[in-house]
Amino acid sequence: MSFPWANQYKPTHPLMVYLDEKLPLPRFVYNAIGGGYPVPRNLNYAWNFGVLAGFCLVLQIVTGVILAMHYAANAGVAFDSVEHIMRDVNWGWMLRYAHANGASAFFVVVYIHIFRGFFYSSYKAPREMIWLLGVVIFLLMMATAFMGYVLPWGQMSFWGAKVITGLFSAIPLVGEPLQQWLLGGFAPDNAALNRFFSLHFLLPFVIAGVIILHIWALHIPGSSNPTGVEIKSESDTVPFHPYYTAKDGFGLGVFLLIYCTVLFFFPNALGHPDNYIPANSMSTPAHIVPEWYFWPFYAILRAFTADFFFIPAKLMGVLAMFSAILVWFFLPWLDTSPVRSGHYRPLFRKFWYLLVIDTLILGYCGGSPAETKYVLISQIAAAYYFLHFLVILPIVSSIEKPLPLPFSITEAVLGTDAATA
Amino acid sequence: MADVLKAEGTDGAGADASHDGVRRRDFIHIAAVSFAGVGGIATLYPLISQMSASADVLAESSTEIDVSAIAPGQAVKAMFRKQPVFVRNLTPAEIAAADAVDPKTLRDPQTLEQRTKTGKTNWLITMGVCTHLGCVPLGAGQGEVKGEFGGYFCPCHGSVYDTAARIRKGPAPKNLEVPPYEFTSDTVVKIG
Repeated sequence: MSFPWANQYKPTHPLMVYLDEKLPLPRFVYNAIGGGYPVPRNLNYAWNFGVLAGFCLVLQIVTGVILAMHYAANAGVAFDSVEHIMRDVNWGWMLRYAHANGASAFFVVVYIHIFRGFFYSSYKAPREMIWLLGVVIFLLMMATAFMGYVLPWGQMSFWGAKVITGLFSAIPLVGEPLQQWLLGGFAPDNAALNRFFSLHFLLPFVIAGVIILHIWALHIPGSSNPTGVEIKSESDTVPFHPYYTAKDGFGLGVFLLIYCTVLFFFPNALGHPDNYIPANSMSTPAHIVPEWYFWPFYAILRAFTADFFFIPAKLMGVLAMFSAILVWFFLPWLDTSPVRSGHYRPLFRKFWYLLVIDTLILGYCGGSPAETKYVLISQIAAAYYFLHFLVILPIVSSIEKPLPLPFSITEAVLGTDAATA
Repeated sequence: MADVLKAEGTDGAGADASHDGVRRRDFIHIAAVSFAGVGGIATLYPLISQMSASADVLAESSTEIDVSAIAPGQAVKAMFRKQPVFVRNLTPAEIAAADAVDPKTLRDPQTLEQRTKTGKTNWLITMGVCTHLGCVPLGAGQGEVKGEFGGYFCPCHGSVYDTAARIRKGPAPKNLEVPPYEFTSDTVVKIG
């Protein structure tokens, strides 16, 4: 759908007219991310992160396909082939660092994108489907990132694979056979490494497919905006191109400055030195942790140290960890307030900040050693995390008195809305 | 309704409709789609089964260890099915510590007797794989942390095992697994 005032695609060059008759791909692009897509005029920089996430996926696919030309997915030589990329392949060091730090950049961008969604309640009707597809993309990203981290076949790769596939062994009855089926053996080895490589190559294209659905679903109601008030008239919108292509272009420039600083000056800051030790099935590194972007969920996994009623602690931790993401699927129905934007919800806004702090605390604990003090903090923070989604949000939605909303986006921006007043 | 049945009864009798309104073609449709469906599901089996451990991985591997050089209080790590096995020679004090615990109070109730061979209770042979998520616990190597119960300590998520390698604290649900093994002589143990 588009708004009735959207610009129409009118090719003038004979070649473009010909192409529009045979395969209207330029028309499709024009209507999706060109002058034919009207967007709220008041989007702030929080709305840059969808485009940035798309850029990160392209970055990962380009660098990843190139790395696959030099990498060998065999437990005997995988570690050495990564070192070969780092030392011998022309620009190999840059491509590998770009890919490894690209994964971190992708998660930074996507976390901001998600918490933007939390603050502005972007998950609310009529945009629930966009949100649900977004959570699916996030789950696919986590699977892809995990399998990619196994490929260098260092100590962290190996023990990460062992611990994460060990999660599945917590499932009653089928757990052990399921883990052996996933690994193709009793412990991570050549079979596991090979299939992880195959799937790590495949999943980004699945993500690209779900992103197309995510954007398709977005274009039905159109983008939300910082007021949360729906578009009423033409004066509320500007065409995507040139207004937001320019704004996104500026955001991309800032993003690239930060990304390149990390890539060229601190390429190993987010990695673990242990992963430069070849995989050894006989010795676990003293302090094993996943990559930083899994820390909050890892903290929740470790928070369960005692059996809970009849459920073993191990299964409970695994269930809680997956539930921490699955609860997002229910968000559109847990937050029942008709007001979207956090700017007009004073109580909700306070709890949003608390959720950000709580997630950061969980992340800090997830990256720390499994000591009593951090486990205790994780337990409190994990309890609060679930409390936020399952109890606080529904209660806040029902008792909160929101601030008065502007009549329209135009009024919010200009003070008056001459077109509709 | 009656008209419809009558109509089918009259002109369908010779062509392709039986008296209950089911045409020959309906039967062919259901049969063809069912047959193709069964074939499709059957095709999935090899696609799923190929993921399971292959024959070379499954090939029975057994490990023989000479335990004569392991003094009381010492342990060695061996490899079985690409995973570590701990062979530990318990001291009398460690045995006493394990026996002093009432098994009923444990998360996975077992006595040291049940976890070792008769007459060889000092030989504690277990997988070196934490039953939580599969890390290798510390405590078998010289100078490694043994945890507060004097057995093994898993650094990944803080599970603590006692001198019978039973789970005492932390997230692991079970005692360290005792693999199938036998003493082929007084000094040689065969695992697997």
